[in-house]
Amino acid sequence: MSVDPVLTFTDRGIYCPAGDFYIDPWRPVNRALITHGHSDHSRWGHRHYMATEAAAPVMHHRLGDVTIQTTPYGATTQIGGARVRFHPAGHIPGSAQIRIEVGGQVWVVSGDYKPEPDGLCEPFELVPCHAFISECTFGLPAFKWAPQAAVANEINAWWASNAADGRFSLLGAYSLGKAQRLMSLLDPSIGPILTHGAVEATNEVLRAQGYPLPATTRVTADLDVKAHSGGIVIAPPSAFGTPWARKFGRASTGFASGWMQLRGVRRRRAADRGFVLSDHADWPGLNDTIRATGCEKVFVTHGYTEIFNQWLLSQGYDSAIVATEYTGEGADTDDTAEVD
Amino acid sequence: MRAFAELFNALDQTTSTNAKVAELTHYFQTAAEADKLWCIALFSGRRPKRAVTTTRLREWAAERAGIPLWLFEETYPIVGDLSETIALILPDATRQTNRTLSDWMAEILRLTPADEPTRKEAVLEAWDCLNPTERFLFNKLLTGGFRVGVSQKLMTRALSAATGTDEAQMAHRLMGNWTPETTTFDTLIHAQDTEADQSRPYPFYLAYGLEDAPEALGSPADWQAEWKWDGIRGQLILRGGSHHLWSRGEELITDRFPEFARSADFLPDGTVLDGEVLAWNGEKPMPFAELQKRIGRKTVPKKLLKDAPVVLRAYDLLELGGQDIRDLPLAERHARLESLLANIPPEAAVIPSPVVPFDNWQTLTDIRETSRDAHAEGLMLKRLGSPYLAGRKKGDWWKWKVDPLTIDAVMIYAQSGHGRRANLFTDFTFAVWNNGELVPFTKAYSGLTDAEFRQITAWVRKNTLQRFGPVRQVTPEHVFEIGFEGIMESPRHKSGVALRFPRMIRWRHDKPIQEANTLDDLKALMP
Repeated sequence: MSVDPVLTFTDRGIYCPAGDFYIDPWRPVNRALITHGHSDHSRWGHRHYMATEAAAPVMHHRLGDVTIQTTPYGATTQIGGARVRFHPAGHIPGSAQIRIEVGGQVWVVSGDYKPEPDGLCEPFELVPCHAFISECTFGLPAFKWAPQAAVANEINAWWASNAADGRFSLLGAYSLGKAQRLMSLLDPSIGPILTHGAVEATNEVLRAQGYPLPATTRVTADLDVKAHSGGIVIAPPSAFGTPWARKFGRASTGFASGWMQLRGVRRRRAADRGFVLSDHADWPGLNDTIRATGCEKVFVTHGYTEIFNQWLLSQGYDSAIVATEYTGEGADTDDTAEVD
Repeated sequence: MRAFAELFNALDQTTSTNAKVAELTHYFQTAAEADKLWCIALFSGRRPKRAVTTTRLREWAAERAGIPLWLFEETYPIVGDLSETIALILPDATRQTNRTLSDWMAEILRLTPADEPTRKEAVLEAWDCLNPTERFLFNKLLTGGFRVGVSQKLMTRALSAATGTDEAQMAHRLMGNWTPETTTFDTLIHAQDTEADQSRPYPFYLAYGLEDAPEALGSPADWQAEWKWDGIRGQLILRGGSHHLWSRGEELITDRFPEFARSADFLPDGTVLDGEVLAWNGEKPMPFAELQKRIGRKTVPKKLLKDAPVVLRAYDLLELGGQDIRDLPLAERHARLESLLANIPPEAAVIPSPVVPFDNWQTLTDIRETSRDAHAEGLMLKRLGSPYLAGRKKGDWWKWKVDPLTIDAVMIYAQSGHGRRANLFTDFTFAVWNNGELVPFTKAYSGLTDAEFRQITAWVRKNTLQRFGPVRQVTPEHVFEIGFEGIMESPRHKSGVALRFPRMIRWRHDKPIQEANTLDDLKALMP
């Protein structure tokens, strides 16, 4: 039997012919369905956007005055000949996998996803499907994450020890997603939580939506540094080593990312501490998820696509690589890029 | 091994010298004697030999992790370190153990002569009861690849702080031909005049590169200039009727250079010389490649001994008549060296390294330009009044190398680096033009900034033409200025030449590949 594919892969992005829409396209299109607000998935310049209710405020914050049709998680929308539904991806607040059903065939675009619940964003939902379009940013057996609680303990112990020495802790994190997840893991009894302006702007959007974030203080030019002694400062890593960071004196620096699993990358970062914390699926997470969807066909989009694809083929999946312009979480990306 | 792993993590997590010394001092104050001894041994490069081949380790690790070997091999270059790759892919430990560092070292030494099934069983058992850092260290120790980002100087400082022994004296005690199996912590640190003293070298005095003009050093009358030879630094010890040759890496290399057995016939007992070991054709140094053949061999075939004989060009005298004379001023030591070596015959294999006379800095600057003609790589400047210090110290000794030879070349292959450079493309192959074709002639790894390596890495990912295992052939597009210290003929290389110390001087964004140099340009630089 020959069935038309639900999705095709074009140089503008992932396309659904039955509904005439794109998912996370990287060139301007008429109708774009967006999995989440990170800049490599949610780009400027499309005519109509569609996203979850939870993702829309951040997208407005970043893209300005764009038209976004919103949908609750789990609600079905008919677009042309396609039935479309958004399910939580567990990547960042508001992030979604997009389920598209055409003529009984179900395809799911995962965007970026993280199966482990983090207590802040809507937990990942498994969506059974015929074809699964998966990221594989960390698609190598060397990437296995420790439970979040263990990493939280490490971070809090580091902060507490710096605070006891009267030093600030400078923790680098991308301003949408990772920064808020880290804040939610911090133990506020250790000291004050300070934020860089870029992080705080996102905090305000998420707080207004009702996401439970701890109290934070924005670092301004006239901040009384002494009054916040022993605090932790959450900032984009690009702010490290700038005059902005100098006001915190001989602070201890830390960085949280899945790449911190690799000693080489950790040492290259030249931060005092590297915490292994990612908003992407690790190796077991990718494998378990793909298996559990029951899919017959897998497309891998970004990350270690060649190796992961070869692995999936060896495991008996009908798998293929799709070239996209998503960047995932780069080991050496420009720190201002918010792709984590 | 938990305490040692914690020490390792603590050292790995800080770039502060003081913090590192504090962590080490704490370890030396709290660890058991046997563990301290092993810690000193490991941090001073006294690693046991590889107990298991890496081929077997890869197979066992892949098997234990339940992944195919090809997947392991694909993961390894991305992680950039074999021991770390294994530590990361293995399933979590199911048990715990209280074995200490010295217990594990004993286990590793036990495995070296064991048969393969025994080794495999022991290694799998070890992996199953160690945490990730411990596993990483265990693998490093098992494969003889243990290194740590702490200089011997820092370790010595910490040991001195923990034991209350003077630092220079401690540095001297830690040198020499000992292993944890031949001594104890107490003997090493506290006991005097053991038999090991016979072969014990002095810590080498190391020079910094001169960056400013020599005028900044003050009056030329206070300085001695010597040629800087391109060989290996060596310390020749004649004591108790036998001789010992040490390399700067504190390796005993006596057996590799049997020429020096005869030195004892011409020099008095209780003599220690510092100098450069060179391949020597009777009149002048031979290319470094000739010496290289000797360095790699533990025993020397007769033919090689004849084709590439070595000498020590001695430039300092550290001990005379059994007396440590390192505190005497250089002028005094040098005078004694000259009278000691006056009239020494060629069979002694020790030749004094001449002083280069000069009146003013301009004369010396001109002389430096003739270094290549003198078969030297530049000049050494030493303050006449200076004692012989231990380790790298600023102020009295300077190396003033001649500017490198350079050529503009096209990058044609790229490979990712190891360790700190894992996951970055840092190892490149360069080519020059020959009859309209690009001929590879050298590899180079260093000279670019981290930012440049990131930039080129992103470019390589997008411009790969073909992959050969870890090597990527890339579009010829980028020109780099390659600097090197010397060039010699080499029938083994496609280009017919081999370079000494090649590195990237800069990325020539301004040059199209058509303007890169030719093979003829390169060969014209040969002496």
